[in-house]
Amino acid sequence: MNAQSPKAATPPRFSATFDPQAIAEIQRAAATGIYDIRGGGAKRKLPHFDDLLFLGASISRYPLEGYRERCGTNVVLGGRFASKPIELKIPITIAGMSFGALSAPAKEALGRGASAVGTSTTTGDGGMTDEERGHSSILVYQYLPSRYGMNPDDLRRADAIEIVIGQGAKPGGGGMLLGQKISPRIARMRTLPEGIDQRSACRHPDWTGPDDLEIKIEELREITDWEKPIYVKVGASRPYYDTALAVKSGADVVVLDGMQGGTAATQDVFIEHVGLPILAAIRPAAQALQDLGMHRKVQLIVSGGIRNGADVAKALALGADAVSIGTAALIAIGDNDPGLEEEYRKLGSTAGAYDDWQDGRDPAGITTQDPELAARLDPVKAGRRLANYLSVLTLETQTIARACGKSHVHNLEPEDLVALTLEAAAMARVPLAGTSWIPGHDDPKADLA
Amino acid sequence: MRSVDLEESSVRELNGELHRLTPETNETRWVIEHPHGKHAIACGLDAPVTVEVKGHVGYYCAGMNKHATIVIDGNAGVGVAENMISGEVRVKGDASQAAGATGVGGLLVIEGNASARCGISMKGIDIVVKGSIGPMSAFMAQAGTLVVFGDAGEALGDSIYEARLFVRGSVASLGADCIEKPLSDEDKVILLGVLERAGLSAGSDGGPDGFRLYGSARKLYHFHIDNVDAY
Repeated sequence: MNAQSPKAATPPRFSATFDPQAIAEIQRAAATGIYDIRGGGAKRKLPHFDDLLFLGASISRYPLEGYRERCGTNVVLGGRFASKPIELKIPITIAGMSFGALSAPAKEALGRGASAVGTSTTTGDGGMTDEERGHSSILVYQYLPSRYGMNPDDLRRADAIEIVIGQGAKPGGGGMLLGQKISPRIARMRTLPEGIDQRSACRHPDWTGPDDLEIKIEELREITDWEKPIYVKVGASRPYYDTALAVKSGADVVVLDGMQGGTAATQDVFIEHVGLPILAAIRPAAQALQDLGMHRKVQLIVSGGIRNGADVAKALALGADAVSIGTAALIAIGDNDPGLEEEYRKLGSTAGAYDDWQDGRDPAGITTQDPELAARLDPVKAGRRLANYLSVLTLETQTIARACGKSHVHNLEPEDLVALTLEAAAMARVPLAGTSWIPGHDDPKADLA
Repeated sequence: MRSVDLEESSVRELNGELHRLTPETNETRWVIEHPHGKHAIACGLDAPVTVEVKGHVGYYCAGMNKHATIVIDGNAGVGVAENMISGEVRVKGDASQAAGATGVGGLLVIEGNASARCGISMKGIDIVVKGSIGPMSAFMAQAGTLVVFGDAGEALGDSIYEARLFVRGSVASLGADCIEKPLSDEDKVILLGVLERAGLSAGSDGGPDGFRLYGSARKLYHFHIDNVDAY
């Protein structure tokens, strides 16, 4: 064998550090001089609900009969202060997504699908449209730093108000709706010139800190005569303290969004490197509620990477009252459809990886304001798909809850879970499978913040 | 005239009564005694009534006002007339931070000074300040008119969109993308119109020509890497 033989040559070896993705990004940055902006949430591998397992029933635990014995799924939100709390039939809500980021048919589909199964949808930056109010039987109105489209009439016709401090994809970040999505209607709703790149502020304009937040909540309650539940949404970063401060400020509901939660448009470096995965955030938030005597009195909604009923059940077992879905809901109504592969390829992407939601060229007609593209989405059919998906999530959650002997999904508890990895055991504060060891938590109250 | 004493009634009771007023109400004049700096007084009104508050108010007085005229015979805390839609709010004393924040319409008159972030993210409201305003005022101001007889603090109009800022005194500094613009006849008409609604004249010191106009250079309307030093 001579030195030139292929068998003797060292095969090409990729660096684990400078892997093809890292090299491509360096090359892209060098070519353009600007960071990468995209939609969606963190794409990197993170400790997640897959790293947990339910134990199910055994000699010491008695299961419920599937298809026969009742397993409740309803959740009441806002009973702490609101005179008109809302009741959802299922513990799965639709997260805030704006008309602007999404097309009008997409917003209508979300409303139709959620209403069909008795749950809520949420507005987003840019205000409330008549269409989404009309198609959502329960609508949560987001109160954001930009206050685009904010008015007291919409505040009063909402079923709940969600004060957005941050979101999981970008805790501490504002937003940017690029000019190609600022249609005449969206420009009018936001009082902005058409076609400009619209910046959404990262801080609220008229309050700073938890003491001010308490007064802001008081104002919103006064304006709405103390009828509406008031949520406070935070990106997962300091979940123990943020939850405690939201409770102190008078929130009825805390919404906690992990870094897998999607955004319409943000820098990739922000999405991938700021915030916590939701798995690491639920227990500290639930602990804060327990320490304040507010668990199940102030409801906890968690989001970021919920895909199936197992994820829902695990989130509830860790202490949440409900979950919220965004990315999964978009997929359900048609995002990243393999049937559109040819068009995704023309955009330099592929079905399953398309995340240029900021560009407004979504072939599925969802993350666009192009009238021709938007018209592709049939809101009735898409709404049906979402309703189907939400029903499956609920059935799967009930299946697991019954196997654990629970007559209501809220009876799931950390004791029902074990972890497959040390990281997940430490973050979720459940034992490593086959052991009684919860790494890093010899003192149950340590390390929570 | 209805008189409500906030030493005897709660803010909740007051606002509840004010919210029950219809556009046809004949209870059109209200006087609020002893506000003692309480928050959220007369917020969320939606009827053409006049409310006079006899004293200092806390945060968010007249927040999200529609149609009503609210006169504060004292100083106002943070966010007076925040997100006002229509109507008029007049502060006879000074106003704290974020006066008129995100206001969509209507008229806010501050007869004293206003602190930082006056008119932040304003979306069509007209604001007149007879005194001076603090730093970061009219940050991301989208639409409407801010008229200042006194001086403006640092970073006036940072990241401004299409609002017009008229200042008669000095400006400590301008924020990103905010520039001085020529005062056109159209601008003078707008300025005088706002002042007339506020019951004020442009003053004998040059009239409208005594003001300088600031607005957007529109260079940051589209994100471009060449402008990165501006941020």
